[in-house]
Amino acid sequence: MDTVLSGLATGFAVAFDPFNLMLVLVGCFVGTLIGALPGLGPINGVAILLPIAYGLGFPPESALILLAGIYYGAEYGGRISSILLNVPGDAGAVMTTLDGNPMARAGQAGRALSLSAVASFIGGTFAVILMSLFAPGLAKFAVTFSPADYVALMVFAFASLASLVGKSTVKTLLGATIGLMLATIGIDANTGVNRYTFGIPDILAGIDFLIVVVGLFGMAELLTLVEHQARGTLKSLPVDKSFVQWADLKLAKWTILRSSIIGFFIGILPGTGASVASAVAYGTEKRISDKEGTFGTGDVRGLAAPEAANNAAAGGSMVPMLTLGIPGSGTTAILLGALLMFNIQPGPMMFTQRPEVAWGLVASMYIGNVALLVINLPLVGLFARMLTIPQHYLTPLIAILAFIGIYTIVGNPHDLYMITGLGLLGWFLRKLEFSLAPVILGFVLGSLFENNLRRALSISGGDWGILVADWKSLLLYGLALLVVVLPIWLARRSRKRSGGQEAMAD
Amino acid sequence: MIITRVSAALFCALSLAAPALAQSDIRKPECVAPANPGGGFDLTCRVAQTGLEPHVTNPVQVTFMPGGIGAVAFNQFNTNRTDDGSAIVAWSTGSLLNIILGKYGAFDENDVRWLATAGADFGAVVVKADSEYDSLKQIMDDLAADPQSVVVGAGGSVGSQDWMKGALLMREAGGTPMQMRYVAFDGGGDAIAALLGGSIEVYTGDVGEMVPYLESGDMKILATLAPERLEAPFAEIPTAKEQGYDVEWTIMRGFYMGKDTSDEDYQKWVDAFDAAYATDAFAQIQAERGLLPLNLSGEALTASINNTMDELRTIATEAGLIQ
Repeated sequence: MDTVLSGLATGFAVAFDPFNLMLVLVGCFVGTLIGALPGLGPINGVAILLPIAYGLGFPPESALILLAGIYYGAEYGGRISSILLNVPGDAGAVMTTLDGNPMARAGQAGRALSLSAVASFIGGTFAVILMSLFAPGLAKFAVTFSPADYVALMVFAFASLASLVGKSTVKTLLGATIGLMLATIGIDANTGVNRYTFGIPDILAGIDFLIVVVGLFGMAELLTLVEHQARGTLKSLPVDKSFVQWADLKLAKWTILRSSIIGFFIGILPGTGASVASAVAYGTEKRISDKEGTFGTGDVRGLAAPEAANNAAAGGSMVPMLTLGIPGSGTTAILLGALLMFNIQPGPMMFTQRPEVAWGLVASMYIGNVALLVINLPLVGLFARMLTIPQHYLTPLIAILAFIGIYTIVGNPHDLYMITGLGLLGWFLRKLEFSLAPVILGFVLGSLFENNLRRALSISGGDWGILVADWKSLLLYGLALLVVVLPIWLARRSRKRSGGQEAMAD
Repeated sequence: MIITRVSAALFCALSLAAPALAQSDIRKPECVAPANPGGGFDLTCRVAQTGLEPHVTNPVQVTFMPGGIGAVAFNQFNTNRTDDGSAIVAWSTGSLLNIILGKYGAFDENDVRWLATAGADFGAVVVKADSEYDSLKQIMDDLAADPQSVVVGAGGSVGSQDWMKGALLMREAGGTPMQMRYVAFDGGGDAIAALLGGSIEVYTGDVGEMVPYLESGDMKILATLAPERLEAPFAEIPTAKEQGYDVEWTIMRGFYMGKDTSDEDYQKWVDAFDAAYATDAFAQIQAERGLLPLNLSGEALTASINNTMDELRTIATEAGLIQ
């Protein structure tokens, strides 16, 4: 405990240096903007600014503080276009569209934006606190998570999502299957064979998650808007001045807490990040607290869950990077590269060898979270006004942003065809009243599930027993069973009870 | 105003101080990393960016062209940008392997101009600190007794260069590569996590990525797959050859250009690299990025690559990856 406190003291001394403080603020602000643009997410923001930070000759702790500010700024910003435009700003913000966008459509954009900012703040701060207290132990635990345990985690994720969204179970399952199929494209890691690549080199490594998100969500939304416009059924929304109420926070407080815990722990695990965390948090909350069936129609808890979780996951993924030198997500992989560029060896020795960098970064995360809340709340009104832009300006604007975003990161024209094609697919699916979230989740969870299942079986030499050999796997299967069975049992019990009461009344 | 004057003065001072410093005049030089930011190709391009800085008139920009493990860039420079004299593309031994396996389509090593190397890295056989294995011999004995008894893992798919290292060890132990219990992870980081967590027993990684772990003592490097003993900080680690096993795996990293690049443009780049190779600063940059010196350019590199390709073809055929 003493080492933590003295470490934090060192860290805050570094982070409160006026120059570093300014960098935190700049990073958070720029990050929010980058995150808000569809297609550009934390990974691109950090990658684009890394050479700049290096080129400006900042000391390593300052450069890292700037980059980290951009990282969690982008996690905050991702929610903005999810809520306002129904287009996820980045991978972790897919689930935010489910309840965030209906709120905006109901004239509550300001309330949705401010509530999600608060949820993000709590999730992010929660993660930093856990990280500074328990980082080394948590990282040791995270690496003991074997491929078999990941399989169990994915089963749990699927289970908590099973009743996720959409009116028809069949369509939800079909949607997830389409996602699973998209995930099988590319070189199969276990055999080195090309699957469904049809001789197109651009998809040898599989389809990038971002392309699926921007295509299926962004482009499909765009086509829907154009269609409504052509039919003349679009109505523009009045300026709304709504804001988060204490009642909202009171309602969502347990949701935010639970989602922060889920997000943090999933974030720590190498290989799973904000997208899985927010999906599991949303699914779990829907199972636990959606008694009235309001999730997906603009429920504040449905909005708070993924936002608390994805920011907590962003903090969690820093744990294995700082303590073991193992990146927990794509973005932390780039931050790791940044450390190496500054000739700092990340890993177990970093906290003792370069305390000013390690603890300075941790302290800047505390400050960053506060800064983001302070920056974001006053801007809510400004962002909400975006919705009053007439649709015939807004539609091309979304298109331009999505195309630029995708082209900037990859610079491959093939990806522009991909998002257009996926957009048509998404529009078509929406016409058939499919919900698109299961498609995305099938895509993310599917490849994690497949790869880890095959890893587990390679380890055991083909013995399926490995899947139930560890207490962590068994615990997760137990939880999976619980989230499926519990709601059914509860529903039956309450029906029986009300049935009983009716019988008594007779 | 003051700033312009100061920088003008600085510029004069610098040009006076280093009159002998010849710089290659390349318009808008660009290094294409055929992957997402942050990986090995990014690192390779950063070596060109910082290492060439004193030797080219304009700074080298790093751009990214991910897609199909480098195939997109390889095809791009074989179809559209075959004569782009400003752009160089990063490659590694893994790319050579992909050419052999046909992953890059119809084009092969004769369809690009091999320019220069950024440095080299070598394979490493790594186990957890508290592993029962204390020497490469124990692993090889176990593999020889029962090829299925050791769980090997690394960051690449079957047929990738990470897998190759395991396959070569397996062959040396008397088994066939396809008998190996190999677990493919998504990048070295995940594989290291699996090693530390006890999911896999042996990690066939690279020497360069092990630097952060040397001091922490979480892992033991039982052998390097280098042709000879490496310098510090790896001086204590014996090579596989020293331990009596003829297994070697060198990862070259470097740059190529389009096939139709003019000799003049090509030579400008070669000159810039040759100038950089001669400096201590370049060696320093290589060391900072976990690369060991291996400096080849122009003709020498092309000859070396042709040799390597022959070797890799033989290995890939023996491993059953190609007919």
